Order: sequence, then structure tokens, then C-alpha cells
Amino acid sequence: MIGRREHVTRAPDELRPYSRRLLEVDDLATHFTTPRGKVRAVDGVSFALERGRTLGLVGESGSGKSVLSRSIMGLLPGNVERQGSVAFEDHRLDQMGPAELRSFWGTQIAMVFQDPMTSLNPVMRIGRQITEPLRFHLGMDRREAEKMALALLASVNIPEPGRRLRQYPHELSGGMRQRVVIAIALACGPKLLFADEPTTALDVTVQSQILDLLRTQQRERDMAMVLVTHDLGVVAGHTDEVAVMYAGQIVEQAPTRTLFASMRMPYTAALLQSIPRLANASHTRLDVIAGRPPDLLDPPRGCRFAPRCPYAQDRCREEPPPLQEADEPGHVYRCWFPVGTERGQEALERNLAAPVPQGVDG
Amino acid sequence: MAGSGTAHLRPAEATLLRLENLDVEFPAGGGKRVSAVADVSIDVAPGETLGLVGESGCGKSTTARAIMQLPPPTRGKVVFDGEDLTALDGERLRAVRPRFQIVFQDPISSLNPRRKVGDIVGAPLKIWDRGSEAERRARVDEVLEAVGLDPDTARDKRPHEFSGGQCQRICIARALVLDPKLVICDEPVSALDVSVQAQILNLLEDLKDRYGLTLVFITHDLAVVKNVSDRVAVMYLGKICEVAPPDRLYAEPAHPYTAALLESIPVPDPAAPVRKAGLAAGELPSPLSPPSGCRFRTRCPRAQDRCAAEEPQIRLVAEGQYVACHFPLVADEPLPIKGSQ
Repeated sequence: MIGRREHVTRAPDELRPYSRRLLEVDDLATHFTTPRGKVRAVDGVSFALERGRTLGLVGESGSGKSVLSRSIMGLLPGNVERQGSVAFEDHRLDQMGPAELRSFWGTQIAMVFQDPMTSLNPVMRIGRQITEPLRFHLGMDRREAEKMALALLASVNIPEPGRRLRQYPHELSGGMRQRVVIAIALACGPKLLFADEPTTALDVTVQSQILDLLRTQQRERDMAMVLVTHDLGVVAGHTDEVAVMYAGQIVEQAPTRTLFASMRMPYTAALLQSIPRLANASHTRLDVIAGRPPDLLDPPRGCRFAPRCPYAQDRCREEPPPLQEADEPGHVYRCWFPVGTERGQEALERNLAAPVPQGVDG
Repeated sequence: MAGSGTAHLRPAEATLLRLENLDVEFPAGGGKRVSAVADVSIDVAPGETLGLVGESGCGKSTTARAIMQLPPPTRGKVVFDGEDLTALDGERLRAVRPRFQIVFQDPISSLNPRRKVGDIVGAPLKIWDRGSEAERRARVDEVLEAVGLDPDTARDKRPHEFSGGQCQRICIARALVLDPKLVICDEPVSALDVSVQAQILNLLEDLKDRYGLTLVFITHDLAVVKNVSDRVAVMYLGKICEVAPPDRLYAEPAHPYTAALLESIPVPDPAAPVRKAGLAAGELPSPLSPPSGCRFRTRCPRAQDRCAAEEPQIRLVAEGQYVACHFPLVADEPLPIKGSQ
């Protein structure tokens, strides 16, 4: 039920009651005006998200995944042009003014950022930072808000929550700070949480604790989540559905298991193959993606991945592939010669037989 | 873990680098001292890659810096190529420095934004007054080409014109230009995207063969370290827990901390069974007052009374596998009855 508009309307609504749908993004484009020209950071993205579900948004730096989440929330600087629609329940986020958005942030949609140190105010006690949204949005009095803050800290597994409330961010470790940021995001009971690389700045042992915490909280609150990450390992274990972004577009989207079992887009396959895996013996040669992502000031005319793609043919360099449906429901991809099909296999063999020179650098 | 001992060291003549009972302490407020690295011994054979893994704060970067004598360790020896670096000072230490180099985590902040790439990479040659102008230029071109950059286009550009991965290539070229024997890589791929990370890891393997390098590779990413290393040392709170060849370490970790680390890595496969990291809740204890006995005992699922009383010594548990633990995860050494798994 994801993809461009035609896929959205074709989704079997009778199977999924309409009220389950929380967020619907349609043909969203976000362009930055810079002295060098227009940067198409997000270029025609559509997807829908149901209550309580998790969408993983994967891509390399510069693929537009963070701009997409900020664009949906309306957290963008002035030099930006936004087109398309963002519907949240019955509200059009893209048409809201700053004041309306302000009442929406925190209570309906919240966000957890990558770096917990810079998203907390260093000169304000933890307690005050948690009670602030409670008092502002929910109109609680001080005592009520403090009780609630205590409960929130306990719910994100912070030991000695009473003492923590009186501490400053620098007195906490990175993992604890991220828990505080999550507690603040959850304070007013949002229906949708954007987690933008929430564990990238943390150690692996802490990462698994934070991801488990997000999952539990999500389940308890029937909260939907968009998990933005570059780590396919994180996505595999913690999402219902995955959208892979490349150069400002969704290039493949599918339920998580389907995606990993039968990926169609060569970029997704290449991304997965470039990760060092524990299952491989040491000194295994890694498969690399040649070259680097395109310049978003002037993206390639055809498929945006074509210059780096081992499957690319003349058609890919000329004609941009549309999102098309795969066999499994809800699986869409953007490729003329998909992985795991006869067409794709032929294209790959043709390229291997007559190797095209490819860039080396990164 | 928190173990000491030197059982895992090989004969001195077979190693290029040998750290013996290394301690690094930093002054903390109130006359206290933080012990960042405590009694660490490890060695690296010529042509080998040693992987140092651990969470932030475990002392892996401090160990790297102690090898570089930046700053020198508080106690202990750093024997490099038969010479104890801690005994050298001033000009004598400077004279050995060209033979060991370091590559840092953030490639962009380790390059001077105002200088041209050719000058950055050529600076070490100039400082050491190696060769003529033309020879230096030829050497710079050679290393730039070796790291996969086109010397003619790269030479006159400045760092901001390159991506993060390319900047890391420039840093590697600069480290190689003096033809060092040992290169310490401190989280060289942590700031890079996965696709670029793979390119840099492959590059390091190629360069190791081409120039006969010995590498010390520091990272928090266990999959990366497995890929590049010949021997892996796992650190926790300033101590070494386990030393083993990577395939052995990952297949049968003997230290409970190694096992917990391995279990917390997310696997890129949704069908993989959900694993539970066997790590007691809680945080890394403060290195200002580390736990008595084994430093890992406060988070260890196998901890016993003995772990608080007595620091485990590193000992051999399988071929090439050394562990500092009283109750390692090896089949023929079951936990005493009191234990709870």
C-alpha cells in the first residue's frame, strides 16, 4: 500500500480499515535553492503508514532520508520549496502554519534525533526539559508534570529517575541521554515518532537496548514509527516495512521480510552486499558499490543509480524507471532490469562480458 | 575480563610491536586519577593486523595514542622494532616516528582545509627533507595513485572538494608517504557510509599487501574488525578480556563480554532469530573507581564471589585463544554450582 498515488488507491482498503491509516505522503518534493542551483533533496516521494507500524527509511548520507522526515514534520529552513501533500489523519500538515504545527509537534508527532548531546539543552536540568512539553501542551501543573516525568524516566529504564531529574545532560552517558530524549519525545503521547538515526552515535550494546526500548514503547502506545537509518542490520530486526532511498527518491519499498528475501533493485542488493558480515571468514573481499551518489543539482537523466549499477543498460541511462509492482503485495521498485529476474540476469551478463569502465573512488 | 598477564605474548623477536604492562592514567579533579588503560600487554607480528575492539571508554584509542607516545604511557613499555619508545625522548623519538603513522576517525577534520592535497600529502617528505623536489612529487603521485585517487586532478584541489571517503584516502596517502612499517588506524571507517566503508576496507587490505604494512586497527564495529584482522583483542574498561584469531573468537567466544558484544550486533536478515544480549543491565562503571577483581563482573551474567576478590589472569583456553576470566565459556569448565546462568 505504498508507492506512488496509483498504488495507494489500489490498496485493498477493505482489508485494512481506513481508520488505521495515520500518515499519507503523496508525491512530496523538497528542493533547496542554493547559489549553485536547485538541490532536489527529495524528489517525488509517496508512502503511507498505518498506526502502530514501523517504516524503516534506509539510504546513504545525502540520499534525502533525513530531509524527507524533516519535510514531513515541517522542520525546514527558509530556502526551501516544498510540493506534494502530507496528510496526517484528517489534517494536511503541508498546509499548516507555524502556530498550528507547534501544537501538533510533541502531541501528535515527535522526533528523536541522532545526537542526544546536541538535542538536549546543556544548561537546563533534565526534569525541566521533560516537564516543559507536559506543561505547555497538556496544561499540567508543576507537581503533576513532575510525577509524570518520573514515570516517563522509569518507563525508559533509567535507574534512579528521581535523582536524574535534578541532573544536567553532561552528567549522563550517551545512552542515558538518548533515553531522556526518547522520554521527552514520548511525553505527550504522540501517534507518530520519527527516529532519525537514533542509535548511530551509540555503542552496539547500548544500541540494542535503545532499539528494544523503542519497540516496547511503540507496542504499548500503538504508536507508529519512521526509523531513519543507514544500517540494514537495524532495519532487518526492527521494522515492518522498508523504503530504500537513493538520490531523493524511494527506489524500492516492501515489507521487511519480502525485501530481504527477494530484493529487486540492484542498489538495495549492492548496499546489503557491501556490509562486512560476521558469517564470512576474516579477510573476505567486500563487494563495493563503484563511484558515488549523483550530484542532486543535476541528477542523471535516466535511472539515478545507472552510473554505478552493474546491471545498467542503454535504456537505464536514457529513461527513468517508474515505481512498478513486484509479485508480492506491497513490494514496489524502480528498475528496468531487476535483480532476480531473467531480464536482470541477461543485463548483468551482458555487462560482465563487455565491462564498462567504472569509477573507483569513494 | 578485566584481566592482566602476559601469557598471550609471543617471543619478542617475532614481533614488530610489543606493549608490556601498559598503564595510562590521567589526572582527574580532587587529586584522583583515571586509569584509562591498566596493565595491558599485547603484541603484533610483522605483516599482521591486530584488531582492537570495545565500547567507547574502553581505552582502545588511548592505547593507540600511547603507542604513538601521544601522550606516552604512565607505566609500561612500548617496544617497536626492538626499541623501547618510552625510553626515547626528544630528537631520538622523533627519528623513529616516520616508521609508525596513524590514521584518525574523522578524515575531514584531520586535513588542513587551506592547503592543497599535494602539499598535505607531501608535507612529511618536506619535513624530513627526503629527495629532491621532483622525487617528492613523484612519491606523492605514487601514493595518491595507490589510494585510488588520480594524482593529476587531486594534487591541486583542497580537502573540501572531496567526499568523506576520498578525504580518508588522502589521510591514508599521507600516512603512507614516508613508507612506514606500522600504521595505526583509529576508527578509520566509522564516519563513512557503508558502501564507502567497504571501499576503504578493501583499500587497506590492498595497501597492506603492496607495502608490507603491519596494522593496528581500532574500531567498535565487530563485523569490520573480523573482516580485516589476523588477531583480535577485546577490551573492556582499560583491560584486555580476550585475544584470539577472528574466526575462532566469533565462532566460540570464551569471555562472557565478547559473547555479549557479538549478540548485540544487529544482523541484516529479518529471519534471523531474535537474540538476547546476555548483559546485565547497567552502564560502563566509572574508570575513576573501577570494580574490584574483574572489572566486568558488575555486568557479567556469570559473575561469582571469586570475581570480586581476585583479578583474572590471561590464560590459554584453546589454540591461539587467550582469555582473562575465571569462568570462561568453554565446554569443559562448567560454572560452579552457585552460579546462575
